[in-house]
Amino acid sequence: MKEIAIVGYQQSDAVSDAGACNEVELIIPVISKVYDQVGIKNAQDVDFVCSGSCDYLQGAAFAFVMGVDALGAVPPIKESHVEMDAAWALYESMLKIRMGHADSALIYGFGKSSPGELPIVLSQQLDPYYLAPQWVDTISLAAMQARLMLDKGLISEQDMAEVVSRSRRNALNNPHAQLAGDVSVQDVLAQETYVSPLRKADICPVSDGASAMVICTVEKAKEWGLPYAVISGIDHCIETHNPGMRDLTDSVSTRKAAENAGVHNGAVDVAELYAPFSHQEIILARALGLGDATSVNPSGGVLAGNLMMASGLSRIGEVFNRIVSGEAQRGVAHATSGPCLQHNLVTVIEQAKEAA
Amino acid sequence: MSQPDVLHQAFELGFTYTRSTGPVVGRFLTELKQRNIVGIKGSDGRVIVPPMEYDPDTAEELSEFVDVGQEGEIVSYAWVKEPREAHPFDKPFAWAMILLDGADVPMIHCVAADSEDAVSTGARVKAVWAEETIGFITDIRCFERV
Repeated sequence: MKEIAIVGYQQSDAVSDAGACNEVELIIPVISKVYDQVGIKNAQDVDFVCSGSCDYLQGAAFAFVMGVDALGAVPPIKESHVEMDAAWALYESMLKIRMGHADSALIYGFGKSSPGELPIVLSQQLDPYYLAPQWVDTISLAAMQARLMLDKGLISEQDMAEVVSRSRRNALNNPHAQLAGDVSVQDVLAQETYVSPLRKADICPVSDGASAMVICTVEKAKEWGLPYAVISGIDHCIETHNPGMRDLTDSVSTRKAAENAGVHNGAVDVAELYAPFSHQEIILARALGLGDATSVNPSGGVLAGNLMMASGLSRIGEVFNRIVSGEAQRGVAHATSGPCLQHNLVTVIEQAKEAA
Repeated sequence: MSQPDVLHQAFELGFTYTRSTGPVVGRFLTELKQRNIVGIKGSDGRVIVPPMEYDPDTAEELSEFVDVGQEGEIVSYAWVKEPREAHPFDKPFAWAMILLDGADVPMIHCVAADSEDAVSTGARVKAVWAEETIGFITDIRCFERV
């Protein structure tokens, strides 16, 4: 089976309101940068393109088609889309390469969440008869999950505040972060609750932006003469859409995906986890079996800026950056979708063998 | 040449079709209209409320309905200080996972309460019905403390 390498990754700043900038204008700067990074001219120079976005954010059917304008629609290209985070567009692109239908792929994800009321927009991804008509927002669902953990003594508010504090401090080194600062655990705990038991700091911000990546076979990466990291494992698993039937204090789907992706076949130097709420980072770290030797969310994670439909791809990109810079040899990236970590994708990324 | 008559047709912007909710969801919603709550037995015998069409673990098609109580216990909750426009209340309230008597799986619905202190894990609540029931999940207007 052909080994697949990541050769380029770029992300926009996570901003709370991109103003008049439309989706195409969010995408073009990041794909231009990733073309430059890889040394290609345009989408004609890769074999396949796949994007991740959500029509509900734009409030229009087939809204992703407009995103294709960022690539230039003529001459025709092989193009696909997932109504999911672009981490799943990466998954589709890997399948395309593995099947021998492509040697290289451009992947991008984008979301402009600011025009709508995101927690309410996301309520419409729930069961259409039992939950969506109630407009149960995503923050409230996560708050119920956090309370289950607090009631069972599986976490404390202090633990949650520690996640927030570390995220804000790590984000000081991330030029794209929306929320960064020297925030202490005490500062967080001093905040009053918002949707109890959650404080505003426990909740990722609403952000606008995009990210893009180029992957290819290892042979192609060598031909291009680019530094690369290898994707050694990837898998995703989903749990039932009925939150009442899930163990919300664990992430069994992450556990299973991690097993299948081979997370435990070596040391994990770095992990970037898509945890939109502080307590979810703790659930994920436990499900992935991460210990003190792993640096978790050195970018600040999504608590520092959450690009809907791109943050999952960005987690993979953040791990790639650290491996190519030599900061880490092996890392894990996680992407999530759905309420309370319903659907999870786990990717293992390793240093190129020649570099080891 | 005279102008032809302009054709007129009334047009309603929206989904102008209705859709069957099927034997499981439909049964639950019909029972709600009659102010009754039913669950369904899962493959392992657990009573699931609201009923699901398929067991999430075994994929077995489910069909054994069970009447459940209109009272239950709060398993977890979120206190909403600042209700959103789409929310069912314009004053603070709670979303809760409620384990109805006779059910083994909690359902999510809203709980009316005067203050956060009035809601707690383990508290007993009962269903409050809408004035007019139409076969919709919101026929249960909310739950409130027993």
